[in-house]
Amino acid sequence: MNTKSSFGVAQVILFLSIAILVIVVAFPVLLILFNAFWVEDHFNFSGAIDILKEPETFKALMNSLIIAGMSTIGSTIVGTFFAWLVTRTDMPHKRFMKSMFLVPFMLPSFIGAMAWKILLSPNAGFINRFFMDHLGFDGPIFNLYSYYGISAVEVMYLFPFVFIQVCGALERMDPTLEESARISGAGLFTITRKITIPLVLPSILSGALLIMLYSMAHFGTVAVLGIENGIYNIPVLIYERIHQSGGSFESIRTGTVLATVLVISAACIIWAQRKILGSGHYQIIGGKSFRPMELKLRGLKYPLMFFCFAYIAFTIVLPTVVIFLVGGLSTYGLSFTPENLSLDNFKFILFEYDVTRDAIFNSVTLGLTAAIITMFAGVMISYVIVKMDVKGKGILEFLGMLPFSVPGSVIALGVILAWSGQFGINLYNTVWIILVAYIARYMAFSLKANSAALEQVHDSLVEASRACGATMWQSLKDIVLPLVKPGMFAAFFLIFLPSLRELTVSIMLYAPTTRTIGVAIYTLNEDGETVISCALAAIALIIIIVGQTVINHFTKKESE
Amino acid sequence: MAGFVRLIGVTKRFGDVTAVNNLNYEIGKGECFSMLGPSGCGKTTTLRMVAGFEDLTEGAVWVGDQLFSSPAKNHYTPPEKRNFGMVFQAFAVWPHLSVYENVAFPLRIRKLSESEIDQRTMDALKATNLVSAKDQSPDYLSGGGKQRVALARALAINPDVMLLDEPLSSLDPHLREEMRFEIKDLQMKYGFSIIYVTHDQSEAMALSDRILVMKLGVVQQIDTPLNIYNNPANKFVFSFIGLSNFLAVNQDGGSAQLPGGVPLPAGVTVPEHLAGESVVSWASRPSEIDFLPADDPTGLHGVVNRKAFLGEIIDYQIQVGEQTLRVQKGRRDPGPEPGENCALRFLRPFWYRENE
Repeated sequence: MNTKSSFGVAQVILFLSIAILVIVVAFPVLLILFNAFWVEDHFNFSGAIDILKEPETFKALMNSLIIAGMSTIGSTIVGTFFAWLVTRTDMPHKRFMKSMFLVPFMLPSFIGAMAWKILLSPNAGFINRFFMDHLGFDGPIFNLYSYYGISAVEVMYLFPFVFIQVCGALERMDPTLEESARISGAGLFTITRKITIPLVLPSILSGALLIMLYSMAHFGTVAVLGIENGIYNIPVLIYERIHQSGGSFESIRTGTVLATVLVISAACIIWAQRKILGSGHYQIIGGKSFRPMELKLRGLKYPLMFFCFAYIAFTIVLPTVVIFLVGGLSTYGLSFTPENLSLDNFKFILFEYDVTRDAIFNSVTLGLTAAIITMFAGVMISYVIVKMDVKGKGILEFLGMLPFSVPGSVIALGVILAWSGQFGINLYNTVWIILVAYIARYMAFSLKANSAALEQVHDSLVEASRACGATMWQSLKDIVLPLVKPGMFAAFFLIFLPSLRELTVSIMLYAPTTRTIGVAIYTLNEDGETVISCALAAIALIIIIVGQTVINHFTKKESE
Repeated sequence: MAGFVRLIGVTKRFGDVTAVNNLNYEIGKGECFSMLGPSGCGKTTTLRMVAGFEDLTEGAVWVGDQLFSSPAKNHYTPPEKRNFGMVFQAFAVWPHLSVYENVAFPLRIRKLSESEIDQRTMDALKATNLVSAKDQSPDYLSGGGKQRVALARALAINPDVMLLDEPLSSLDPHLREEMRFEIKDLQMKYGFSIIYVTHDQSEAMALSDRILVMKLGVVQQIDTPLNIYNNPANKFVFSFIGLSNFLAVNQDGGSAQLPGGVPLPAGVTVPEHLAGESVVSWASRPSEIDFLPADDPTGLHGVVNRKAFLGEIIDYQIQVGEQTLRVQKGRRDPGPEPGENCALRFLRPFWYRENE
């Protein structure tokens, strides 16, 4: 027996895994907490509270809560309703609609916010202008620059979190749970109310909490739409403080206190989600399944279908078309006539304008590198957590939860604190700092995909391989790795595609030569270069949609 | 027995596939009727048509003097109006309601008074030995406990007909036997009719007054368990119920022999009605074969391949020409040893067409 060497291997893997998580995630987060509470060599809790009491920070806190609250409620209602419609009713074109409702998942919400700004800004938005100029309205019909406007735009891009969870639960649910209620004498409406909704409630709540988590720490939409009316949330305020004051002590401290608030709320949300999923997640997955029964909508069938089509056209197709059209204009403000539209802007940003060319290059290389590194690190860490039985695994399990609960703006601030020279290495203003932040930000995705894949690989497979005479390494290489390959691919794409449109982290870390696509779109838009930023946004959308289509095709083949 | 549940010409097609073809039968009040067949034979589809979860393509379903389904008359009573009790394979008890509330659910739907709901729920819980678990979530019960909750829920409305869709196949084998008798006892007590779907022949035999054997949507035989076993209508029924041997017999003109040049024993002839077939099937049950002295000309001659001691019985594999067959004898019967020649006599042989 060769226990000694496998023991050594286990220790090495464990040590590496802990080291990666500590360096990439835990250390930056600890620095934030340290800076927030440790002032002039002593612990200072009330100082942090004083900062939160300042009018500006308090307002950011309240705004984050208000916007996150409204977006969560709105998205939960919209997501649950559509999920129920496409899984449990006889509405025509359900399959098509289901795939359309998932499209907002891949669209960056700050690009959506830009499109809505073009359409609905109070005085210049196309729709508001149309109502004022042609239909005799005195003022704008909808003020986009309000809590309602910002939340409405967030709902359009966040509802799929609830939608996909509820769809999954409804599809997997054993149909006999509903059939037995039916044979007991209950009508379909009663069944939906008393059986179906309570059974999928854990999925609804867990989706809602995800939205809450995302929305509280979300930079893009609020930054684009809130600026005119002075609406800002925590990430926007952190960004402004860090940027305007050039990294002064005061601004860093305010940033760390706000980031601490985000970390604490995220931890609470994650805790609540685990609690709900742990205790209330019923075993509702059934044995032999017939098609689930469908509610006959009868008279409502076509009105609801048209409502869904209208929703898709208005919230998904219209903003996308607007981005492409504005991207083709020679000057913003001209009408969309053939002579005003051309491909010149696209040519310009792809081949001539170095800012956008660099941004595309940066995003693609950063995305690829981060995805590859995070994919391999994720496999290793998940392997220790899921499969190995070594001392000190508890620490790793705790560290492994961290990436899930640290929002992007917190990670950005943390890597600034960690990698700006205080500890011997200065990556500030280089692409490397963005890479480190991406790895930290997307580690959660990789851990999730890889541990799901690893849980499918039963221990006896490795034991059988060892029994056949293979060493630990050979078993990993020849048995485990081939079996978790789908999980690794999934992790790669789960990281690569979102990183192409990343804004929250890169906006805090970019330097003039290290803009990413998201940063370039955002800053060009802020500088009033609307047509150029829309053209770049259009190109980003094309890359994302093509990428997503390729993956869908690829994963479908894999699963068949 | 007067038909209480009546299926008349019931047919179900999914596209080009006929899942159930022209099914006709009647079930009496208080009768236990089983539908038995391999998976995909249409038995569950039939039950779901009776329950109202599937539409009929053709035919009609009556219960008592009520028409429930008839595409010809464009009539369809939804499942919630049929007043059946039903138990599903995967239990289908609701995890977000307590055991008590699960059972009370159909009564609450019927808007009964609180005192009547309580009384009938408690009655059903008592009948299924669940009183002590009434406030628990059914998630904490074992498979057998969950299935009792499902039974109690079906009992609570005091139905005339109970539909059971493989109710025991998610349970452990020993529990299955126990629950079988519990269901039978409940039926005795409450007097409902049972339509029972299963692929387990011993379950069907133990519970049923009559059994319907189905294959590919077509009825093979409807009869009492005893008759199904003793007088199988065709080769499929013979093979599906109990253990079976089939020996191919080749006929050429007037002579018949088994592959490998084994002659038929003296006195055994292929029945008249199969005289035209080139190959016929000679069927026997392993427990209904006797050993004769090895040189007896009235026996079928073979060699013992294998002899396995299974406790109460001894299991033999006999080589007959190119074919093998199985013989089971009590452990007290002395039998031939492996390698020895032997002669066999079939006590109750059946003859079938090779392909039916």
